[in-house]
Amino acid sequence: MSGSENRDAPLVAVLDYGIGNLRSAQKALQRVGADARLTADPALVAKADGVVLPGVGAFGRCVEALMSAGIWDMAFAGASAAANGTGPPFLGVCVGMQMLHEGSTEAPGVTGLGVLPGEVQLLTGDIKRPQMQWNRLDLRPNTAHERFLAGLGVDPWAYFVHSYAAPVSSDTVATCSYGGPVCAAEARGVLWGCQFHPEKSSSVGLQILENFVNLCCNPVPPVVALNS
Amino acid sequence: METVRVVPCLDVDAGRVVKGVNFVGLRDAGDPVELAARYDSEGADELVFLDITASSDGRETILEMVRRAAEEVFIPFTVGGGIRSVDDGRAILRSGADKIAVNTAAVDQPELVAELAAEFGSQCVVVAVDARRNNLTAGHETPSGFEVLTHGGRVPTGLDLVAWVAEVVALGAGEILLTSMDRDGTRDGFDIEMLQAVATVATVPLVASGGVGCLDDFAAGALHGGADAVLAASVFHFGEYTVAEVKAHLVSAGVAVRPVTS
Repeated sequence: MSGSENRDAPLVAVLDYGIGNLRSAQKALQRVGADARLTADPALVAKADGVVLPGVGAFGRCVEALMSAGIWDMAFAGASAAANGTGPPFLGVCVGMQMLHEGSTEAPGVTGLGVLPGEVQLLTGDIKRPQMQWNRLDLRPNTAHERFLAGLGVDPWAYFVHSYAAPVSSDTVATCSYGGPVCAAEARGVLWGCQFHPEKSSSVGLQILENFVNLCCNPVPPVVALNS
Repeated sequence: METVRVVPCLDVDAGRVVKGVNFVGLRDAGDPVELAARYDSEGADELVFLDITASSDGRETILEMVRRAAEEVFIPFTVGGGIRSVDDGRAILRSGADKIAVNTAAVDQPELVAELAAEFGSQCVVVAVDARRNNLTAGHETPSGFEVLTHGGRVPTGLDLVAWVAEVVALGAGEILLTSMDRDGTRDGFDIEMLQAVATVATVPLVASGGVGCLDDFAAGALHGGADAVLAASVFHFGEYTVAEVKAHLVSAGVAVRPVTS
């Protein structure tokens, strides 16, 4: 990839801590114009225009892996700064989104990053677990998703694989219906989370990743830029 | 809501699609990646690549195919065939596959299922099970009436289908891909009784495979067989039905699916 490095392409650091299928996330981000790198190098993450925290499998194992890779503090700092609007955009995917919260009933006693409130809970209702399927995104009347979930059309569907989900809160920008409303996406500042896999959600997912990459190019809202 | 996935399956030998492909508009009808990207754009929910390469030096070929697929295919895909160890599974997943499927290797060494689940998480461990109705004349009798086969359906194991599925689910399988060898290639439809028997113990998603010949067969698998996903190969590859036609029929039969939008 080094030979094809594009100065105009935003550098997106996909945090590599030995969990999951990172190549798909990298290729999908490259498809929508990012210079996406799989990395655990703090120097590279520090100069990134955006950060993606992936995660699959068990909450406790992901937390443990993030710690043993030595990037827990970096992930916390990045997610916190994005939530406050003082750092580059940050996207948590699947368990990567769940880890933004305080913890999970899947792993009692294991502490999450705690950047977003609440505990991740087991999906309830008369449904199969995991939810391993496509489901429709119901966008909530919440202006935070204007950039995040723009251009998805009237009937956007995304691919989910999970048994646990974050609580629906004021940060929730999209839900899906699975035994009740389930938190599908969250946004606070330029911190975004997807419970579904955008890299596996065909054109809808690529649009969301493109929105993220565009945000990495221009994270400051235009109105603020005018004042500077 | 629970929705049923429509899954085209590609059999791949030495990096080429087998079972003949008769698809209009492909540059290279034998290229599994081009075909897979086509199914993605047509609204397929997921794909399965089954590597049937016999030669032992075929691993690099399939890894290269998986790497290329990860660049072109943005729906989930499973890769099965020749995965006999955690290292084999890791190589496939690190190349860009979302799930790995094990079949004969799981029967030979059931602990492999637990090892794969512990290493990568159940959500990416599919146990593919080939089965047939008991062949009483050959003296094969199992409690559920169905017997597990290995080696591409050629070797009877004496294992009872339902007991085997219960065992692999307990070991950590995240999905069951069930193929009826009696029906595979016959176009007589899925073996609904076999699906029903497995659905009683498969607490994880169940993929129906083997025998689709008409649109009603897809609906029967979901409505009567209890399948969470319906898989077919030839009817898609020969252009007999598009994914959109299958989904339209499923909806008219009362099965919820992700709509084809484009």
